[in-house]
Amino acid sequence: MSKNKVSLIKEFTKGLWDENPVLRMLLGLCPTLAVTNSAINGLSMGLAVLFTLTSSSLIISIFRKIIPKEVRIPTFIVVIATFVTITDLTLAAKFPEISKALGPFIPLIVVNCMILGRQEAFASKNPVGRSIIDALGMSLGFTLTLTVLGAIRELLGAGTIFTLQIMPESFAPWMIMILPPGAFLTLGLMIGAANWINAKVKA
Amino acid sequence: MKSAKLIIVLTVTTLISGLGLSLLNSWAQPQIEAYRQKVLEQAIYEVLPGIEKYKTKTIQDTDFYEGLDSSGEKVNVAFKAIGNGFQSEIRVLVGMDTSLTKILGVNLLQQAETPGLGTKISDDPTRDNPNWFMEQFEGIKLANRDIDYVKNTKPDPTSGEIQAITGATISSESVVDIINKAIEKNRKLYKNGK
Repeated sequence: MSKNKVSLIKEFTKGLWDENPVLRMLLGLCPTLAVTNSAINGLSMGLAVLFTLTSSSLIISIFRKIIPKEVRIPTFIVVIATFVTITDLTLAAKFPEISKALGPFIPLIVVNCMILGRQEAFASKNPVGRSIIDALGMSLGFTLTLTVLGAIRELLGAGTIFTLQIMPESFAPWMIMILPPGAFLTLGLMIGAANWINAKVKA
Repeated sequence: MKSAKLIIVLTVTTLISGLGLSLLNSWAQPQIEAYRQKVLEQAIYEVLPGIEKYKTKTIQDTDFYEGLDSSGEKVNVAFKAIGNGFQSEIRVLVGMDTSLTKILGVNLLQQAETPGLGTKISDDPTRDNPNWFMEQFEGIKLANRDIDYVKNTKPDPTSGEIQAITGATISSESVVDIINKAIEKNRKLYKNGK
């Protein structure tokens, strides 16, 4: 029993660092690069993915024994697309401002390979509880990474974090950080830093 | 019999998905519509200065929003200008005097241009006034000429010039084009439709 509990915790925390979808597995990079021009956009995208991934993993792991393996990919995609559309419509109806800021990137969660990857690699082979914990860990890792990435870019590109002024008045914003090149630069440095920390810990 | 199972699973999955989404849509659509209406209404009061209320007049499928002052007198008119930008549909609300020769105000209703470049048409984080681009259109008189845009030089508003955004020339040009075309089309329509 206690052994099971420990590994459940591990199931959860692996998504935060060891198998972090963005920094370690380099999955879901399109939304990562595209929407993280501010901390709030990164956070909102992360939360949208959290909802989609957890719901999809729940459904897929419940029905994992009756989904024939020949049609598993189309079935996964339909389930994922359904939850993405639910997210999209709900945001547009209840939070139009967020919906406007994230624009076309919400519908594009359908093709986020991290979500399909978790269904294929995990939810279709594991019981419900474990799949949900895996999904929560993975999407929290994704959310944290996107928020940090967005915060760094927003801080250097606009002098603010979550629209709060951080940098002194005299700070000239580096425009490039909130433009696409800033996403590549920051993400590259973050992945490098993650690898460096891992190498240090191992040594 | 194996293939029957494949067909059944996929059919049932898509059926449930479609049914669920259409239910959700019937709940969400009115709210999305209501929000759009609210945004439009706010925009109308913004582009038509000094009006008390407005009424909608439809001429050949084009909606004109006529601004009325406190005595119910028609003082100005607004309409939508819609067209393609660099990578998205741009919708602008244009407020003008009743002869459609002077722009009173413009409001960008919708755009999804390149983040950080084209999006500057409504939100430019590098300027103190993030809406500077659209505000340039205010007060331009267009009796018998179009709006034009300039780059790198100072624009002359009295001859209908505005400044294009550096790095977003196509988006800037599109907005100018969309507004020009809509004014030309609606000027005739509104004059004849009165």
